[in-house]
Amino acid sequence: MSGLNALWQAILVLVGGGAIGFLYKGLDRKLAARLQGRIGPPLRQPVLDVVKLLLKENVVPRTAVPWLFQAAPFLAFVAAVTALLYLPVGPLSPVLHGYGDLVLVLYLLAIPALAMALGGLASGSPYAVVGAQREIVMMMSYEFPLAIAAVGIAWRLSTLGIGPSFSLATIAANPLWGSVGPLGWIGLSLLFAALLAVTPAELSKIPFDIPEAETEIAGGLLVEYSGVNLALFYLADVIKTLVIAGLVVALFIPYGIAAPLGIAGIGGKILDILFFLVKLFVVIFVAVTVIRVSFARLKVDQVARFYLLPTTLISLAGLLLLVLDKVVMGG
Amino acid sequence: MKQAELLERLKLSGFKRALWVYHLNTGGCNGCDIEVLAALTPRYDVERFGIKLVGSPRHADVLLVTGAVTRPMYERVKRIYAQTPDPKVVIAVGGCASTSGVFYDSYNILGPVDNVIPVDVYVPGCPPRPEAIIDGVVKAVVKLERLLEGKGG
Ligand code: SF4
Repeated sequence: MSGLNALWQAILVLVGGGAIGFLYKGLDRKLAARLQGRIGPPLRQPVLDVVKLLLKENVVPRTAVPWLFQAAPFLAFVAAVTALLYLPVGPLSPVLHGYGDLVLVLYLLAIPALAMALGGLASGSPYAVVGAQREIVMMMSYEFPLAIAAVGIAWRLSTLGIGPSFSLATIAANPLWGSVGPLGWIGLSLLFAALLAVTPAELSKIPFDIPEAETEIAGGLLVEYSGVNLALFYLADVIKTLVIAGLVVALFIPYGIAAPLGIAGIGGKILDILFFLVKLFVVIFVAVTVIRVSFARLKVDQVARFYLLPTTLISLAGLLLLVLDKVVMGG
Repeated sequence: MKQAELLERLKLSGFKRALWVYHLNTGGCNGCDIEVLAALTPRYDVERFGIKLVGSPRHADVLLVTGAVTRPMYERVKRIYAQTPDPKVVIAVGGCASTSGVFYDSYNILGPVDNVIPVDVYVPGCPPRPEAIIDGVVKAVVKLERLLEGKGG
């Protein structure tokens, strides 16, 4: 892959990803409103929000640590965008294929949350400090099941002799469901459930929006942010939603429809990309929109307990079943 | 020229359809506040106009102030007004915020909101209906447009 080619692909993915991200954010808000019996904002609402934020004054509070306060939104945005470049888009392998793998994506996904916590701590507002503490507590609870789900899949792939097993392109090209036995099926389903449970917390959406919690800690981490900085966090959230949904799709439902339908060539590729977008939408709809309107916000200890006990146990059981499956199948 | 026009339209539509509102009670009886919340319910659904209630004045374009200003609130109202990034508008919701209403000339208040901070739109009523509050927020757009064009309030 030549450098120039990669640059073009990167620009394409970023522009397309941005557009799709905005579209899905708008759809998320519209559908959430419809589920609540409201009419809801127009689909272009997220774009308008960002345009407006860019026009607003950018306030840096006197109590803040200015450089850290200003750097945090950039860090969050850049990390989210970089993670997007590591995602396999349907049949196409990631733009930065070969320069990093699943583990790197997991770290990149953690950076926006960390940057928000840093920015919150640097803003000098007690609300933001409370929000930052909550964010860290939540991260410590959900990172473990998330890591188990990812590692479980990569490990089972490696036992099948497929490698490099941590590369997202490899994982997406070799769906595990077909090559494991019944025990493995149950294990994979459990890991899938654990990953879906982690998704809303990863995005700080209700019922896991405790770091932001507008009605109790006034926006939490973001309380002092305004204007461009807030817009950057908004964009980071839009992109991160795509990345985590893309990760779920790549890990668990990487199937295309072109091959079974017998469509080859460029038409098949386009069909597969469209199908990939549909899968992304379904994941976002199930794991973000529906959950968001169905539950009320949990308390900090409830969130921590939810991830540390049931979710971790489910993912560990999934991993154990995958191991047993390997023993039984002798693969 | 064409590009500048397009940009101008985008700017305006951003403000017209994406107003974020911060709700501040300076000493009202909670009647107006309930009506503000009623505007968020599925029946009135302000989100369809892009209006969103935010938790921090830093995120806000519009300050919805309810109630006459009590002495302890004086400092806070001024500080919250200063904390809201420009361009911003203030809407006084209800009789108390507009004119002191039933608390007119009371010993324990400093009078209506415009005694403390500049108010752009007044919504009368005790309490005003949610439709009236939404109408007030939409009127505030006109003021924001003028601010954006640099003509001042
Ligand atoms: S205007 Fe009426 S409803 Fe509103 S705060 Fe005053 S007394 Fe209460």
